[in-house]
Amino acid sequence: MNSYALDIALTVNGERVSERVDARKTLVDFLREDLALTGSHVGCEHGVCGACTVRVDGEIVRGCLMLAVQCDGATVDTIEGMSDSGEIADLQTAFEQRNALQCGYCTPGMLAAAQDLLKRGAIPSRDDIREHLSGNYCRCTGYHAIVDAVEAVAQARAKGR
Amino acid sequence: MKPAPFAYKKVRSLDEAVALLGEKEAKVLAGGQSLIATLNMRLSSPSLLIDINGLDGLSGISEKGGAVEVGALARHAQAERSDVIAKHAPLIARALPHIGHPAIRNRGTLGGSIAFADPAAELPACLLALDGEVDATGPKGKRTIKAQDFFRGLFETALAPQEVLTAIRVPAADKGARVGFAELARRHGDYAIVGLAASARADGKGLSNVRLAYFGVGNTPVRAKKAEAALASGNIEAAVAALDLDPNDDVQATARLKKHLAGVLLRRVAKQLLEAGS
Repeated sequence: MNSYALDIALTVNGERVSERVDARKTLVDFLREDLALTGSHVGCEHGVCGACTVRVDGEIVRGCLMLAVQCDGATVDTIEGMSDSGEIADLQTAFEQRNALQCGYCTPGMLAAAQDLLKRGAIPSRDDIREHLSGNYCRCTGYHAIVDAVEAVAQARAKGR
Repeated sequence: MKPAPFAYKKVRSLDEAVALLGEKEAKVLAGGQSLIATLNMRLSSPSLLIDINGLDGLSGISEKGGAVEVGALARHAQAERSDVIAKHAPLIARALPHIGHPAIRNRGTLGGSIAFADPAAELPACLLALDGEVDATGPKGKRTIKAQDFFRGLFETALAPQEVLTAIRVPAADKGARVGFAELARRHGDYAIVGLAASARADGKGLSNVRLAYFGVGNTPVRAKKAEAALASGNIEAAVAALDLDPNDDVQATARLKKHLAGVLLRRVAKQLLEAGS
């Protein structure tokens, strides 16, 4: 029958997780409150700011615009997983070196969106980078340093191939 | 800023979805990129969400019999990558990059955007400009609704309470088809202050069958029929002068500014329509 709470099983950062969740709980709240993965941030809660960006089945999504119950059977990657695996170590270093973060609130979403662009392989133009990050708001840096960092990593990765 | 409690059911068939829509305050969940935002803000508090994301056969994008058909669950990102859309529905291809952001377009569906009918959204205007249509299934079976009859009012469509949108269809563009698209938004990905989706047929050096569908200027996408006639006669400035739009002030702009911007967009879009191979 229809239910206000459902059992879900999914893979989060490579680990199998089974939980009972309220139907109304968003993915990002589930990650933060039930799994204590607080790297994904809750900003605007209506899909504008991008602070909650995570990957579901390999594609970036708004964690505030998906329900946890919709992720039954899915594979979810958060900033914790991307960080621990080393997948974005170069991006993290570049962000630090170029002062592409100050308060850090937007950074997990910014990194997830940047990695989504870079893993396509081509070297994006600065316009491409701005376009791809246009759904991620930063209220500290003014974006130039972020674009610099992403561009530098794109070039470094291309050289390394 | 958290949704009010609701029940959730992931349905296994369209019939099941239609039956459940008979329950009071039930809503269909497709991409959820508008719906879940409204739930979070408690602008909407359904008793039941009917998740249609598991339904087979609703995700296709195909061209047959001179029409492009997009299943209700085809996502914006999927349509952006689609050769069928690029080749046969160039107006939709031009509009897609303006919709939200990559993370939104990975989830959002074309059908959902049409069914939600936000008056400032791109795709309802495209559907109207292309003289497209919508398939819907309800308790009495399937029916097709023309775009001009579909958008009834602010977030209001011709869908009956128990009907589910299953596909949208637009004529496939052929050699003589011309399209134009432009919008003005404060930030990329925002809903437009004013936008314009247009189609026409190349007719000698001029145009015929001009259809100008504005968005962000009324409760639904709106055709500017007097300007269409003027543009068909080849005079862009006469078309701008003939714009008979009646927008209201909103949080983004005054009515006067919107009318001015509508003219700016018409000049841009007219150029696109008049360029060969647009």
